[in-house]
Amino acid sequence: MQEDIKVTIVDRDGVSHTIDAPTDMAMNLMEVVRAYELAPEGTIGICGGMVMCASCQCYVNSNHKLPKMQDDEEAMLSEAFYVKDNSRLGCQIQMTPEMDGLEVELAPES
Amino acid sequence: MISTDILIIGAGPTGLFTVFEAGLLKLKCHLIDALPQPGGQCSEIYPKKPIYDIPAYPEILAGDLTDKLLEQCKQFEPGFTLGERAETIEKQEDGTFIVTTNKGTKHQAPVVAIAGGLGSFEPRKPLIPNIADFEDKGVEYIIKDPEIYRDKKVVIAGGGDSALDWSIFLADVAKEVTLIHRRNEFRGHLDSVEKVQELKNQGKISLVTPAEVIGIIGNGHVNGVAVKQSREEDKEFNIECDHFIPLFGLSPKLGPIANWGLEIEKNAIKVNNALDYQTNIPGVFAIGDVNTYPGKLKLILCGFHEATLMCQAAYQIINPGKKYVLKYTTVSGVDGFDGTRKEAPKAVVKKIN
Repeated sequence: MQEDIKVTIVDRDGVSHTIDAPTDMAMNLMEVVRAYELAPEGTIGICGGMVMCASCQCYVNSNHKLPKMQDDEEAMLSEAFYVKDNSRLGCQIQMTPEMDGLEVELAPES
Repeated sequence: MISTDILIIGAGPTGLFTVFEAGLLKLKCHLIDALPQPGGQCSEIYPKKPIYDIPAYPEILAGDLTDKLLEQCKQFEPGFTLGERAETIEKQEDGTFIVTTNKGTKHQAPVVAIAGGLGSFEPRKPLIPNIADFEDKGVEYIIKDPEIYRDKKVVIAGGGDSALDWSIFLADVAKEVTLIHRRNEFRGHLDSVEKVQELKNQGKISLVTPAEVIGIIGNGHVNGVAVKQSREEDKEFNIECDHFIPLFGLSPKLGPIANWGLEIEKNAIKVNNALDYQTNIPGVFAIGDVNTYPGKLKLILCGFHEATLMCQAAYQIINPGKKYVLKYTTVSGVDGFDGTRKEAPKAVVKKIN
């Protein structure tokens, strides 16, 4: 079993949570947020991770090398609200050992 | 007034399968859905995406699953109230419920099954400061009647299929169509993108990209929109128009159901999962993604199971004390309300000499 990594997530109320995320369960950041219930059910991951909503939008505040943005994510973010330069969709960030220490903030619900 | 045995709120997979299970018990169903077509999320969000965990289907597209469910329940002649949102519920003295939609359509039934998924789909509204002042005064988030745009100047914003499809459609109806999108790329179907390109070349659609609408101009009614375009350098200008139609997709909201006096937890309706998925209001059930109980999984296949058990409880409410025993469809066949009958072929007995 691989060791868990530490990820810091600031929820929509501004509260910071540093949590352990497994790297061997093919989980992404959106799923980690749901597993720890850091946002109410039905307000995040609405499409289940199909890049068809932007409910898992987050701002990445650390300098990690993130997976390259695919066309569908870029297109979805171009229609989302509250988008900033460091916006990403949580469902497109896989929990891998390289993501240890990642710091993100959840974008407002829209 | 529409009368039925089981009134189902939500025409997604769970709601559609309820029609079949209820039909086996000779109970009739009517479905209400805020979307204009049945299928729920399967047809609205991901019709072309495959699902791999429907029993006996190694792979099925969400849109095809909807078609199959409609075909399976067809002989039980479900009624549909589509494009309307269930707004209020009132318990009557005789124990039945009256559910009224946002358009005033009334439905009466002794049993209500909420199969509402994540809720009803509401348009996502762009963050333009004064947009609320112009809602229904030239700003429309959903196109209900395209005729109101005849010979008008229309600005559409968005980059998905609905923005493209309506731009194409209105190009022949409206006096002027301007499509504004934050990027030069569109994520709609290739055909639609190519059609918009063609109409742009013909001068029937003006394309403004990469740009966004940042304000609405008007006095009581939309006269134009303020646009910020970010080419080499940012520039701001106004476009004169009679209507502004932002099409940024739909997002589900639990909506009015939250005010029905039901016990809500984690944006879902608490039910008795030990028995029949009934809510805290006797006669009102919640099945599929809309409910919650210890160990709940939001899976289509779980919704099918919940619907099946719920129908047994509905039978007892509608036919108090009446005996019934589970029958296998293979043995008893399926008798439709439309007079059709499906049955297994009879065994052939032949002597060997």
